[in-house]
Amino acid sequence: MTTDVHQLDDGAWISVNDSRQVNVSDLWLLAETDFCGCEMADFLAEGFVEVGVDHPNIEARVAGQCIACGESGVTNWLTVGRVVDPDSGEFYGVVHESVHFPGKHAGDSELK
Amino acid sequence: MPTKVEGWKDELYGNEIRENLMEFAEEGWEAIPEDEHDAWFERFKWWGLYHQRSGQESYFMMRIGTPNGVIKPGQLEVIGEVARDYAQGPADNPEFGPAVCDWTTRQSIQLHWIKLEDIPEIFEKLEAVGLSTQQACGDSWRNIVGCPVAGKDKHEHVDAWPVAEELHETFKGNDDYSNLPRKWKVAITGCDEGCGQGDINDLAFEPAEKHGEVGFNVRVGGGLSRKEARLARDIDVWVPADQAADVAHGMSALFREYGDREDRFNARIKFLMDEWGPEKMRQVLQDEFVDFELETAGEDMRDKYTYNSGGQTGHNDHVGIHEQPDGKYYVGLNVLVGRMGAEDTLELAELADEYGSGEVRLTQRQNVIILDVPEEDLEDLKSEPLLEDYSPNPSPFMRGSIACTGTEYCSLSIVETKNRQVRYARWLKENVELPADHEDFHIHLSGCTASCAQPQIADVSLRGMKTRKDGEPVEALDIGLGGGLGEDPRFADWVEMRVPADEVPGAIRNLVNSFKQLRGGGETFRDFVEARDEETLADLVEPEETDYDDPYMHNTKMTWYPYAEDDDMQSSPAPTNGQGEPIESDD
Repeated sequence: MTTDVHQLDDGAWISVNDSRQVNVSDLWLLAETDFCGCEMADFLAEGFVEVGVDHPNIEARVAGQCIACGESGVTNWLTVGRVVDPDSGEFYGVVHESVHFPGKHAGDSELK
Repeated sequence: MPTKVEGWKDELYGNEIRENLMEFAEEGWEAIPEDEHDAWFERFKWWGLYHQRSGQESYFMMRIGTPNGVIKPGQLEVIGEVARDYAQGPADNPEFGPAVCDWTTRQSIQLHWIKLEDIPEIFEKLEAVGLSTQQACGDSWRNIVGCPVAGKDKHEHVDAWPVAEELHETFKGNDDYSNLPRKWKVAITGCDEGCGQGDINDLAFEPAEKHGEVGFNVRVGGGLSRKEARLARDIDVWVPADQAADVAHGMSALFREYGDREDRFNARIKFLMDEWGPEKMRQVLQDEFVDFELETAGEDMRDKYTYNSGGQTGHNDHVGIHEQPDGKYYVGLNVLVGRMGAEDTLELAELADEYGSGEVRLTQRQNVIILDVPEEDLEDLKSEPLLEDYSPNPSPFMRGSIACTGTEYCSLSIVETKNRQVRYARWLKENVELPADHEDFHIHLSGCTASCAQPQIADVSLRGMKTRKDGEPVEALDIGLGGGLGEDPRFADWVEMRVPADEVPGAIRNLVNSFKQLRGGGETFRDFVEARDEETLADLVEPEETDYDDPYMHNTKMTWYPYAEDDDMQSSPAPTNGQGEPIESDD
């Protein structure tokens, strides 16, 4: 089964296999990012701009703001969860309070 | 490549969704195939149904579109009954009780906690009195807004209600325009106060004179969403009232053909206006979408606009008692944050029947108006108990408050809004005194950048944010100042960011006190802001804790319902069946 991922309602949340899985309004800690000048961006997710699958990762580029410095923008690709077994389609969300490392999306051609 | 939403729309959209909706309702929530949830929820919007946020699965917000905010005699009672009988969820709101009607900034009505299984009965009741949810959401002609006292106003150049009604009847259910790239918002203004708020709509008709005739100038491309606020731009077209529908046909067809279907974030016509500019917009309209020669713009009347202008003259809203041209009166009642309990709504319907013609209008400031009250009955109406809560003469902080839905139900919102704004307004009323010449002071609270509470056009603009306080994440607000409409509309300057929500009332108090001390003679708040740079203004906004208490500082979005006794997401009863009983998970 292909993992079906999309953002809906003006980017309010990410649907994975027709189930709401990741919402805006959470704070994410982003490290090694050029998003802003902070060593660690304390990033408020305000909207999911793009979503994709880089198996097993579910990834997104997220619009938002670092609440430490106020810088606004869109992140690089951020892993928001995983679907390890595409057949079961079960989604495992990452812990957004942990440190995350946004980067390039390895599977652009697999974008859904 | 067209978006996924466009793919779903291509398969099925518009009027024909109804048949499937009714089948699902008949069979119950579980009849919707799980792997088709997203597609169907996207489609249901076209019929005014918006699936509520995470933790509230199987419940819907239902929007009823009332063009120009006109609620005809007999309709309000049905709206109140539907709210009372069907809009009650598994937990109550502590400020408003168990079932409410929300009057929206687009003169529509929103009900919450609607169960799929009840929709056929609700539709039957609404449609029996001429009400509909059709196209209240989704990618099509939305509810048409305009002067809420059109036809009843001593300040109008032309009664715009027949034009609004014609557009409503022409474009609702019209298959040619049922699948647009994105929402399509239209405003018709006929008065000299500008209360149609055309500047923030995709398509605006505004009163203008040409050849000795009052018709409309046309503006295109306004909107507030996504930190991309735009004012509608003059495309140098004037139309007589009887051709307004032709131009509306042309403009919405242009949008249908040229709007961006590959990127929903770029789909609104404001972005096409960015790309083309007004001259090309006019040219393409002329060349491809109308079959008559467009007239150039007439002489507009914007210099008289007072609505939401901050000018402290004329009408800034419709609250209060005002004489109609026929010698009767309209009575504008303040509904704090636009929310009215179902029982109060039924009482309002009775009062409108007893004292007026039974007709009620909704305003873009989330208030209600009782029409056609004879002068000799005004005192008795003012003595009615309902008017103690919904006053025609409220504190400026009560009448100026607007709030969106917020995290109570909305997926997009970052913070709690309506209950918070109620608490703000009450605190400000008790603790802050405006200058005597300021009866209007607008504070708009929007939970996110979608801007449903129109924060950019308020004296004080509040927008949902987060910050940390003592290391802990708390709900916060960005504060903007000096926005408003009028002849020269202006968006707020965002001057103080990420203010913890419990420090916002103190910030407003300090700001108002500084304004009183520093203002020049007769200077309005809006002029005061406009005359100062952002840095100076930021210094005047001094966030401060006070005795204001905010019970919603935690992450309300992480709850299934912020006011439930046990608000933990895992305690959500959703999804439920048609009786509101939890459906056991297969997991």
